[in-house]
Amino acid sequence: MNFLDFEKPIAELEGKIEELRHLSDSDEMNIAEEVARLQAKVEKQLRATYAKLTPWQKTQVARHPDRPHFSNYVSALVQDFTPLAGDRTFAEDRAIIGGLGRFRGHSVMVIGHEKGHDTESRVRHNFGMAKPEGYRKAKRLLEMADRFGIPVITLVDTAGAYPGVEAEARGQAEAIARSIEACLNIRVPLISAIIGEGGSGGAIALAAGNTVLMLEHSVYSVISPEGCASILWRSGEAAKDAAEALRLTAQDLHKLGVIDDVIPEPLGGAHRNAQQAITALGDAVEAALKDLSGLEGGVLRARRREKFLEMGKRGLA
Amino acid sequence: MNWLTNSVLPKIQKLVRPREVPENLWHKCSNCGHMIFHRDLDANLRVCQHCGHHMRLPVKKRLEMLFDGGEYQRIELPKTPADPLRFRDQKRYGDRMKDAQAKTGEQDAIIVAHGRMGGLNVVIAAFNFEFMGGSMGIAVGEGIVAAAELAVLQDAPLIVIPASGGARMQEGILSLMQMARTTVAVEKVKEKGLPYVVLLTDPTTGGVSASFAMLGDIQIAEPGSVIGFAGARVIESTIREKLPEGFQRAEYLLDHGMVDMVVPRKDLRATLVRVLDLLLNRKPAGEVLPLPEKADSPARDENVQP
Repeated sequence: MNFLDFEKPIAELEGKIEELRHLSDSDEMNIAEEVARLQAKVEKQLRATYAKLTPWQKTQVARHPDRPHFSNYVSALVQDFTPLAGDRTFAEDRAIIGGLGRFRGHSVMVIGHEKGHDTESRVRHNFGMAKPEGYRKAKRLLEMADRFGIPVITLVDTAGAYPGVEAEARGQAEAIARSIEACLNIRVPLISAIIGEGGSGGAIALAAGNTVLMLEHSVYSVISPEGCASILWRSGEAAKDAAEALRLTAQDLHKLGVIDDVIPEPLGGAHRNAQQAITALGDAVEAALKDLSGLEGGVLRARRREKFLEMGKRGLA
Repeated sequence: MNWLTNSVLPKIQKLVRPREVPENLWHKCSNCGHMIFHRDLDANLRVCQHCGHHMRLPVKKRLEMLFDGGEYQRIELPKTPADPLRFRDQKRYGDRMKDAQAKTGEQDAIIVAHGRMGGLNVVIAAFNFEFMGGSMGIAVGEGIVAAAELAVLQDAPLIVIPASGGARMQEGILSLMQMARTTVAVEKVKEKGLPYVVLLTDPTTGGVSASFAMLGDIQIAEPGSVIGFAGARVIESTIREKLPEGFQRAEYLLDHGMVDMVVPRKDLRATLVRVLDLLLNRKPAGEVLPLPEKADSPARDENVQP
């Protein structure tokens, strides 16, 4: 398990538990008691820490390497998942994965960023940072879902669109704009969930949904705290302050009316109990789809557009 | 102090004293280095007469240049929440706003105006780069929405002229949301069958480029404008190498198929009028097409088989 710096006391306690467990072969009741006592302490510590994570700490949790990613959600929640590749213009971009599948009995189109879980897969998925091909594939799949009346689920987890020469040459800006446009145009339900990092234009490209959900410790922002700090504070050191100022937590975004619901995470974050986080997300998506079922395509589209036309009419009270 | 200032009569002193030259009488072209007299520069629409380099044109000058006789009516934009996040970096956002408002005499970074161009009624939403780098927050989003609504209401084409570094960080996620909001707005203009033209000026980057600014029916760029999504410095630090010559310039976008044309400033007005006339099937010089005469044949209905 990877520990974040603010989780040090927890890491120490869990280290002790581990040690005791090694001893437990040789010894008796006392150790079991001690382990139970320490475990209670860990839980208490976790509860206290995670109840009041700062925005910067949440940013770290959202980027946690052990946090479940797109592929984990899809393999647990979607049956018959059939990935569909390519933008039909230039390439297949593995930073964004999309495809058809069955979610709780219904055909769906699932599209999302994949960051990868080890060096090899991270490189293959370009750390979840998509190039124009990724957004053009997303657009293609959104429009296909529209044609067949299949609801779309998007899972957002990206530091942002890839900043590179090739990406710019092939129209990164246009590709993102068209993906946003496609989200806003389709006449089928579109549920978007921020499962980790919602980084800027690369995130909104997939997140203009009828319902936008966020996991409890995920973040969603116009710029990374580091980027904001280097511009406004002229020092990357100020990332903590920038995270604070940007109001990037699920809780703040809910207050601002930018997202519709916050999905609770297991104690200590999604990375501590991936299965529980995945089920919670599945339930929330299912409920959101149920709310939209029966609505006519034109209504779904009109409501989605009205919702985004209103964005910014209210600030923090 | 010398003999001149000490002993010469004040009237004579006045004659020989070096006149105070306001610094901005002469401009140095940032491209070719030539010194240009300010009147010549203004007369040439702030384009260097030596090398053709296009300097940034103040937004009101641009509107004057585009509308017939330089005349247009601005519309008042609805009030939006000021400082919705109560944002503070080393300075309060509220104070930054006050400074920008005092400096420019404007409420925010966008002007929405309507008037005639080649006799045709058009709506223009133009960014003011001098106002916090033309950054897009809620008020700018509101400007695009208002311009789109006005265009639909007046049955007029919409021209948007971005000059913006991107989203306004100080409005956080709400500025990101303006990308989706402005996309909906311009979509409504297009669905009404009205032309939506984007005139990309220096610079058009970040969240502005990745939303309404890349969705025009016709995309026109001014020579040399920086247009792109990611900032050049960010890209450089990612790839750790020098960027290609002319990277993210208007001509580079033209070569890569991202804009329809790169048009020198002096030809912009004529080009825009021509494009709109053609899209709307109007005769040149703003004449309205006469209704087709239907002498013998009844109106053709494509759906009715003979």
